[in-house]
Amino acid sequence: MDLAEFKNTQRELYYFQLRVGVAGIVVVAAFALLLTRFVYLQVVQHDYYQTKAEDNRISIVPIAPNRGNIVDQNGVILARNYSAYTLEISPRQVTDVEAAINELSTIIDIRPSDRNRFRRMLLEVKGADSLPIKTRLSDEEVARFAANRYRFPGVDIKARLFRQYPHGELASHVLGFIGRINDRDIERIESENMEANYKGSDHIGKTGLEQSYERELHGTTGYEQVEVDAGGRGVRTLSRTAPTAGNNLVLTLDLKLQEVAEAAFGDKRGALVAIEPATGGVLAFVSMPGFDPNLFVDGIDPASWEALNNSPDRPLNNRALTGVYPPGSTIKPYMALGALEIGKRTPAQAISDPGYYMFGGHRFRDDKVGGHGFVDMYKSIVVSCDTYYYTLANDMGIDNISGFLKHFGFGARTGIDLEGEGVGVLPSQEWKLKRFRRPEQQKWYAGETISVGIGQGYNAYTTLQLAQAVATIANNGVMYRPHIAKYIENSRTGERSFIEPRPLKSIPLKPQNIAFIRNAMVGVNKEGTGARAFAGAGYASGGKTGTAQVIALKQNEKYDESRVHERHRDHALFIAFAPADEPTIALAVVVENAGFGARAAAPIARQVLDYYLLGKRAPPVEKKPDAVEEADDEGD
Amino acid sequence: MKAIDRLVARIAAPLDGSLLMITACLVMLGLLTLFSAAQDNPARITSQLANVGIALAVMWIAAQLSPQTLMRFAFPVYIAALLLLVAVAMFGDVRNGARRWLSLGFGSVQPSELMKVAMPLMLAWYFHKNEAALRFRDYVVAAILLAIPTLLIARQPDLGTALLVAAAGFYVIFLAGLSWKILIGAAVVVMGSLPFLWSILHDYQRRRILMLLDPTQDPLGAGYHIIQATIALGSGGLAGKGWLKGTQTHLEFIPERSTDFIFAVFSEEFGLIGTTLLLVLYLALITRGLMIAANAPTFFARLLAGAVTLSFFTYAFVNMGMVSGLLPVVGVPLPLVSYGGTALVTLFLGIGILMSINRHRTLVQT
Repeated sequence: MDLAEFKNTQRELYYFQLRVGVAGIVVVAAFALLLTRFVYLQVVQHDYYQTKAEDNRISIVPIAPNRGNIVDQNGVILARNYSAYTLEISPRQVTDVEAAINELSTIIDIRPSDRNRFRRMLLEVKGADSLPIKTRLSDEEVARFAANRYRFPGVDIKARLFRQYPHGELASHVLGFIGRINDRDIERIESENMEANYKGSDHIGKTGLEQSYERELHGTTGYEQVEVDAGGRGVRTLSRTAPTAGNNLVLTLDLKLQEVAEAAFGDKRGALVAIEPATGGVLAFVSMPGFDPNLFVDGIDPASWEALNNSPDRPLNNRALTGVYPPGSTIKPYMALGALEIGKRTPAQAISDPGYYMFGGHRFRDDKVGGHGFVDMYKSIVVSCDTYYYTLANDMGIDNISGFLKHFGFGARTGIDLEGEGVGVLPSQEWKLKRFRRPEQQKWYAGETISVGIGQGYNAYTTLQLAQAVATIANNGVMYRPHIAKYIENSRTGERSFIEPRPLKSIPLKPQNIAFIRNAMVGVNKEGTGARAFAGAGYASGGKTGTAQVIALKQNEKYDESRVHERHRDHALFIAFAPADEPTIALAVVVENAGFGARAAAPIARQVLDYYLLGKRAPPVEKKPDAVEEADDEGD
Repeated sequence: MKAIDRLVARIAAPLDGSLLMITACLVMLGLLTLFSAAQDNPARITSQLANVGIALAVMWIAAQLSPQTLMRFAFPVYIAALLLLVAVAMFGDVRNGARRWLSLGFGSVQPSELMKVAMPLMLAWYFHKNEAALRFRDYVVAAILLAIPTLLIARQPDLGTALLVAAAGFYVIFLAGLSWKILIGAAVVVMGSLPFLWSILHDYQRRRILMLLDPTQDPLGAGYHIIQATIALGSGGLAGKGWLKGTQTHLEFIPERSTDFIFAVFSEEFGLIGTTLLLVLYLALITRGLMIAANAPTFFARLLAGAVTLSFFTYAFVNMGMVSGLLPVVGVPLPLVSYGGTALVTLFLGIGILMSINRHRTLVQT
């Protein structure tokens, strides 16, 4: 090795070592960067990631509470839960749902309606964890599926509580139903900040009491803290908070009475509301026809839905709550009472009825050809003389009429414990001004007041309002808010919280005036238009018949010759209270397109009152197809 | 007794005490972590113990060989590895969408692993051969020798291994004295060609890079690995959750937790204290390796020792960087810690080579 070469080697080594040094610096810098990152993550951000890890690890599994029962005033169960097995599919775990259902149908009887129902639910309930393809499996089916479970990933059998309405269609509009929570329900739940309590719930009250007492019936969701692995499988339970079952709802409704009332309607359409005057407690709440709420609980199958929704009888309509009808002659006792109160009439003031009333060149006719002759106020109510009320209405003026009728709750929501109550129309000059756009329509014409005098024209009220008003008459002017729930029974403590009868107001009526009107109404059932229906009742009752004209077809109603004719017929109405001295029940009946109130509505009222007061069913009223008799009998 | 003493001395003779100590510490930590990570698959622990045995034997044999012997292997091993890579490209098995494996009837091999060793060996040999007068042309040749296998591996596609192979070759070229001007110029060119590189990347590779920038974009898909690993790290805190007590690990939130993501397990259970210890051990290993390189007698030995050592660094940095969310997710195991026989054997081979170079330092110089 000569010197030059040695020097060269030394220089080369030096250069190499320099490069190694540079590499070493890069290494140290890179590790410093890593260390900085570790300190950042493990010290600075530790709390944040600690929480993240806990969130990962701990899953809160909600435990849905048992829904409260609904029972009538005598303890008859109207809505309850029962446990059954369901076959459920988790849509997110099953790639081809249809194929899975086909496969399932080889071992379990899955009907086309089950499939349709499932498809419908799949669309409606987005992001559901698990949906039932078949409910109420038999023991044999459970066993068969269990043996084949391995073939169906994402399909499982679950034991669930089901809502059941043991009486089917009976009182269906009062009870309503629960159904699967849909997007709209979720919005509502969120707007009420109830999300947490619905984490484990699949169902929610959709209509009726199930809806309006949802908060009480639902209960409080329990929680289980579960340690889960990355696959979401529970590893162990860390803690558990038991759910609290929903409270039981006890009603003022008497199911037996409800049954009598519904039966009395037969196949007729209409509504009936019976109220206990002294409390506002609803004894019967009928809307005919009804429907089977059980169909809705796990999603209604499309065929049944079509049938219910497209039926011309509109069985899903709660007629008692939302249907508005002109009151017809049932408004006359209030008109008379108003005239007495404001001094426009005395009981003895009488008219001579020629059978019509001339006003502004227009002839307002009375039902009875030739008129009722000499008519004072008592007779005007008993025979339902229209001419008497044409003049009375004209003398009072529309604003006096509406000002007085308002006291009885006409054209205003009663505040009953059901949602979606109808309002109706109590006409006044102010109402017409607001209701219409064009100035010539906005003006109130005196001729319109005359129609209102016999319950025709612009006015329209719900059956519930009519019932509340007659209950107020029966209670001498003290008005209660109608309510269907009597008390709520705490599911744990058994403690009862009563829905206190709340007098809304006491209308300052002169005792002699209200006594006079009540007496006239008793006259109706004794010797007037209601006399035939109440012949031999064995108790004294007050009533008033009414017949409301049906003017035109409703919008969107299909033209059907045989039906159109029927649907053009008048609505029959009847309001009543009994017993006459100390009324314990007041009711209003509307029978759609049934003709005269005395013939179609009063007998239904009679049956209800007979059952309530005497505990018996009334014999069917004899029908006499005698046209002559009808003419003088049906005064309204 | 003397016979036994002599046998122990004979076995211990080629081994470097400090390298062995550091390696043993890392392997022990690895087994400890694997024990925790592979609770669901205990066979991996015994399997890894066997791997360690094989790797130790490979290391011992490599340490026996003289650098001259290693030099003789350089060219044939490189050519063999290259041919195998070509064979993979033509007849390789496709697994998980990548063509990386070559079926040999009795089993299958991943030639890219062999290239990890063959590349620095070949380049070191090449520079050593032309040591007397290194010209620009030699660097160009070296670059071509580097580029061909790298591209073959990148095409499989296996970005992680391509990166490691390229890095190993690059270290040789760098240590051989490639001028700073060219290095800086090349760096500028690489930066400039990033858009082009982006365009040739596979979709999943692009996604991984994008996920790094914002893992929350796709928390259940491509971002899942990064998010869960970062949570494991961060929730470990200063002292860790304790051995066998990592919730991220034991509830299986960390994917690939005994292989590429074992560092997440380690840092969750041992915290910042553990991660710092690991950094210190790697730094010690690299320092020792670079010292051996700096004092190696021949150009070949220096380049080889330097490149092997810096490859360890690359492994460690890329793996820890990706698990902690600094670098995109590429399939690089944590050296000496991750489960896996091939990587372990390759690493121990490197350590054996370092020992060999260190041992033959004085022999050649005299």
